[in-house]
Amino acid sequence: MTVSRSAPDDRSIEMGAGISEKTVAETAEERISYLRAGHTLRSWFFTTDHKRIALLYLVSVTFFFFIGGAAAALMRADLLTPEGDLLSNEGYNRAFTLHGVIMVWFFLIPSIPNVFGNFLLPLMIGARDLAFPRLNLISWYVYMVGGLFTVFILITGGVDTGWTFYTPLSSMFANGNVVLAATAIFVVGFSSIMTGLNFIVTVHTLRAPGMTWGRLPLFVWSHYATSIILVLATPVLTISLVLIAAERLFGIGIFDPALGGDPLLYQHLFWFYSHPAVYIMVLPALGVTSELVAAAARKPVFGYWFVAASSIAIALVGFLVWGHHMFVSGQSMYASAVFSFLSLVVAVPSGIKVYNWTATLYKGHISLDPPFLFAMGFIGLFVVGGLTGLILAMLAVDVHVHDTYFVVAHFHYIMVGGTVSAFFGALHYWWPKITGRRYSIVWGSLSAVFIFLGFNLTFFPQFLLGYLGMPRRYHVYDPGFQVLHVLSSAGATILGVAYLLPFAYLFYSLRNGEPAGPNPWGATGLEWTVASPPPKHNFETIPVVTRPPYDYEIEQESDAG
Amino acid sequence: MSMKADAARLIAVWAALMGLLALTVAGSFFSLGAGNAVLGIGIAVAKAALILWFFMHLRRETPLVRIAAVGTVVWISTMLILISADLLTR
Amino acid sequence: MLGMYLFLASEVLLFGGLFAGALTYRILYPEAVVAASARLHVWIGAANTALLLTSSLLVALAVQAADRGLRRPAAALLSGAAGLGFGFLVLKAVEYTKEIHQGLLPGFGGRFDFSSPVEQLFMNLYLVGTGLHAAHMTVGIAILAGLAWRIGRRSLPLPERAVTVAVCGLYWHLVDIVWVFLYPVLYLAR
Repeated sequence: MTVSRSAPDDRSIEMGAGISEKTVAETAEERISYLRAGHTLRSWFFTTDHKRIALLYLVSVTFFFFIGGAAAALMRADLLTPEGDLLSNEGYNRAFTLHGVIMVWFFLIPSIPNVFGNFLLPLMIGARDLAFPRLNLISWYVYMVGGLFTVFILITGGVDTGWTFYTPLSSMFANGNVVLAATAIFVVGFSSIMTGLNFIVTVHTLRAPGMTWGRLPLFVWSHYATSIILVLATPVLTISLVLIAAERLFGIGIFDPALGGDPLLYQHLFWFYSHPAVYIMVLPALGVTSELVAAAARKPVFGYWFVAASSIAIALVGFLVWGHHMFVSGQSMYASAVFSFLSLVVAVPSGIKVYNWTATLYKGHISLDPPFLFAMGFIGLFVVGGLTGLILAMLAVDVHVHDTYFVVAHFHYIMVGGTVSAFFGALHYWWPKITGRRYSIVWGSLSAVFIFLGFNLTFFPQFLLGYLGMPRRYHVYDPGFQVLHVLSSAGATILGVAYLLPFAYLFYSLRNGEPAGPNPWGATGLEWTVASPPPKHNFETIPVVTRPPYDYEIEQESDAG
Repeated sequence: MSMKADAARLIAVWAALMGLLALTVAGSFFSLGAGNAVLGIGIAVAKAALILWFFMHLRRETPLVRIAAVGTVVWISTMLILISADLLTR
Repeated sequence: MLGMYLFLASEVLLFGGLFAGALTYRILYPEAVVAASARLHVWIGAANTALLLTSSLLVALAVQAADRGLRRPAAALLSGAAGLGFGFLVLKAVEYTKEIHQGLLPGFGGRFDFSSPVEQLFMNLYLVGTGLHAAHMTVGIAILAGLAWRIGRRSLPLPERAVTVAVCGLYWHLVDIVWVFLYPVLYLAR
């Protein structure tokens, strides 16, 4: 019996005969969406369904986003005036440390991979779940344990070393809960490693028949690349934290300068992880953008193999550039020069992606629905962030702007303008798939615009501040900088409100939104061939893939606008 | 492949490993300057290679798994090499 | 299999950080490191290496036996390997005790007898490195012993589930490989 089903989109997938592995009795149950399959707390907290786990993560990362955001709000409020009047010096140090720690490890790193990667990876490759579903659930629990430690730190007074925990401050002299913080991050690191491992094995072993590497959505490629980094970089962070804790708790330290310890050793180990970590934060966002751009333009991504290869290249070369964080810390000049050169090289694959997205949009029928607005915003902000990264990669320039607001602006353009925008873009794009509901296009577009504007108002002045010499991590500053700080804080307020908007209308859509069909955006991809929300086991029968990815019908030249 | 032949191969590898151990300890009694470090690490690499290839069955694994193993070695080496680049040129 | 190798990769990078530390101090303070290394107990370390290499042999043989469904030999070999691993830990404890008496082991005992600050640094590294390794060994011993028990009680059918033995065996071999590098780096720096 051959069932040929044409999905209500451009792409038809042939269902192979006899591929169904399920009994007749199970097939009826399968059509129940994953949201309805079990209402008990047990069914949610002991689930191994990747889609439910993705939602567990969604709730958790949102929670931490708010805590990290609250820390940022405190900082921006304090920075309205040149005196340190809102927070004490110690308090300000704790605020920026907490902001960094929570945003990096409890929001940015898990956000796209653990919410959208978890939800979509099996669907996109035609599988019923990840390779190790129980490991997936355990990774969430491990994440939550780490998160609990962090909340505990908040309550007991915080840490003041900066999210970078530089020694010997962190290992010997800092007040505050350094060991607790190190433990929290140590624990959450295991969650990262488990996720990366799961994704790699899944992509290698669970692709549907016919889903060759060349037919994988670019989202999958970028998550594969991210997973390589997760597995190989995170353990180095783990050992760095263990060493700090050992020094603080037992006096068994290898960073103590009095004994001849080398502070730079810590920095080498820390940045060996943390530079690739920023690629963990951005690669998934790049993957999301590839999907959104193709759907926005209703065209295949230009230069598919270049974009796929660039994800892998970023992951690999990203491991070779960590020394650019250490240009002024005493690293040898020759090593700095090598790292500087390699840092310029690592920008090339990112540039390739931007060119290819632009070429994809060219002569496409561009839709300006909310997800695609977020994607356009992403491209613009990512380009600014990337270009300023190149500026920082140049050794001679970095010497002047290191540890100033220029750096702060650069990485916020990438991480907030980039990753967070892509996160919201993904949320708006796949929301109908995840929840089965459509949301208000008007409100979605408004929030995309306000986020873009608020973001730029917040962070563009910071480039100027940095260039003019305002150091980072200071809350007392020369009154000459105040105007720019006020602008930045005003922007932050707008940004904060804009981030809250989606809460309102997305929640509203859960009850009142129009039911979404399987493919509300008319996009390609296996995830759009199943119902919204998807059934518990994803596919009634595992599809056999025969068409290329992004298989949009390209219209005649004469129709192009 | 009979059980005896397989087992014999493993025991032979073990004997080689013990021999290398003896070599590395012996080598530490001579001062060869930089040669000591080279010898020590070199022998360790050889032992690791034997363990990986025979005890861990890399000889029978898929190319993908072998790439994973080799990749790991490349990664750790990269880290150590680039860190030394800094240390040696300060 | 692939999953286990990926996990092992993460373990290698974990210990890699420690080796980076060892490398750093070897380059920065060559004479002091060599002097400190010479004060370690080379022969206990060598005996431990031999124990561990032999236990790896037993594990490899156990995997072979498991592949062929030979229940008793597999369980016996795994128990033997776990036993040798336990022997390693006993020797390590003996070694640590000696070092405490010599005033060389940081963090334990009141009186320290380092010949230079760098020696203390080196011994710190030694303690963290061998301690972390010992922790991994303990986990490994538990895994091997647990496997042996399950095979003995027939709750792990062989050869159907032989792959479980192979996968756990990989972890043990990794712990062995880490020691194979730790030994020359710590004990034989000349």
